[in-house]
Amino acid sequence: MGPLFILSDAPLWVDLLTAFLIGIAFGFALEQAGFSSSRKLAGMFYGYDTTVLKVFFTAAIFALVGSLFLQYFGLIDLNLVYVNEYYVGAAIVGGIIMGAGFIMGGFCPGTGICAVGIGKIDALFFLFGGFVGAFLFAESFPYIAEFASGYYKGPTKINEWMGISAGLFTLFLIIIAVAMFWLTEKAEKAFPKPEITNEL
Amino acid sequence: MNPYLAGCLLGSVLLAAMYFSGRGLGASGGVKYAVVSVVGAVAPEHAEKSVYYSSYFNGEKKPLQNWLVFEILGVLAGGFISGAFSGRLKLKIEHSPKISAKKRLLFAFLGGLFFVYGAQLARGCTSGAALSGMAVLSTAGFVTMVAIFGSAYLFAWFFRKNWI
Repeated sequence: MGPLFILSDAPLWVDLLTAFLIGIAFGFALEQAGFSSSRKLAGMFYGYDTTVLKVFFTAAIFALVGSLFLQYFGLIDLNLVYVNEYYVGAAIVGGIIMGAGFIMGGFCPGTGICAVGIGKIDALFFLFGGFVGAFLFAESFPYIAEFASGYYKGPTKINEWMGISAGLFTLFLIIIAVAMFWLTEKAEKAFPKPEITNEL
Repeated sequence: MNPYLAGCLLGSVLLAAMYFSGRGLGASGGVKYAVVSVVGAVAPEHAEKSVYYSSYFNGEKKPLQNWLVFEILGVLAGGFISGAFSGRLKLKIEHSPKISAKKRLLFAFLGGLFFVYGAQLARGCTSGAALSGMAVLSTAGFVTMVAIFGSAYLFAWFFRKNWI
């Protein structure tokens, strides 16, 4: 039963080797999706290329539905899988700062590292900026600690907050995602920018 | 690759991380551990005094012996393998013809700075907080996802000349 390395108390090197192999698959998937191109990623915010939304929601729903099935068949204990802690203010303000970084840099950290892998020099500068960002956060932490650690709600689940089952919430999420896929397919046809998408 | 197929591939990688290691994917965390490790080596006294850095040095493991650090090294290799596979390996500064390469590099740098700063605050980026968070139905994941994309749409108008 999963999570294998939590239940079996695997040695550290096994977990780290798995991390490396999963990373390879992660980088491969991102690059195959076309995410090593900042202009393709940025297309999401100007309507000429909505691959980001399609890949992102398909992936989240695939893993979500997959994990619910694994749990249903007794193959994974989802209570042992990490659930992100919810700090309300930090999640919102951090997300807003990240969105600004996204539109300036055209990458997110994962896609940026993947793009460095195929030789994008702009991605390398994005990564340098990332190191500086992490350093500035560490140095400024004493001044923002109260806000960063405030408004703490714990590792809450959104379906529990809404008072519905995980399965029902997932169904709603799938319906919303399919509606968004339909809309974005229409948007790409309505606002084509062949001079950009042909080049990518 | 077809985006829905790529999504299924990415989703199965995320599911594998959950099944084997009981966690989601991440990226910005690996950047943080690298910085923490460098500060610890260059300025050990500073790292010891700081509440932030010292929390990473009091365990048995070194900051670089971390799941996320090995994972992002894999991402670098995986990107390279995929690029070789599809004939996309090339040293290049990709930018809109309307801006100079220099301007692109400056904004790429600033973008990385903002993104990782925000990711430290929100305790995860698009991978660790939004994607992996949504897959485990965490409220934080959904809130962070809406904040990232909403904010990028809001700021898109100001930076439109960089892209379109």
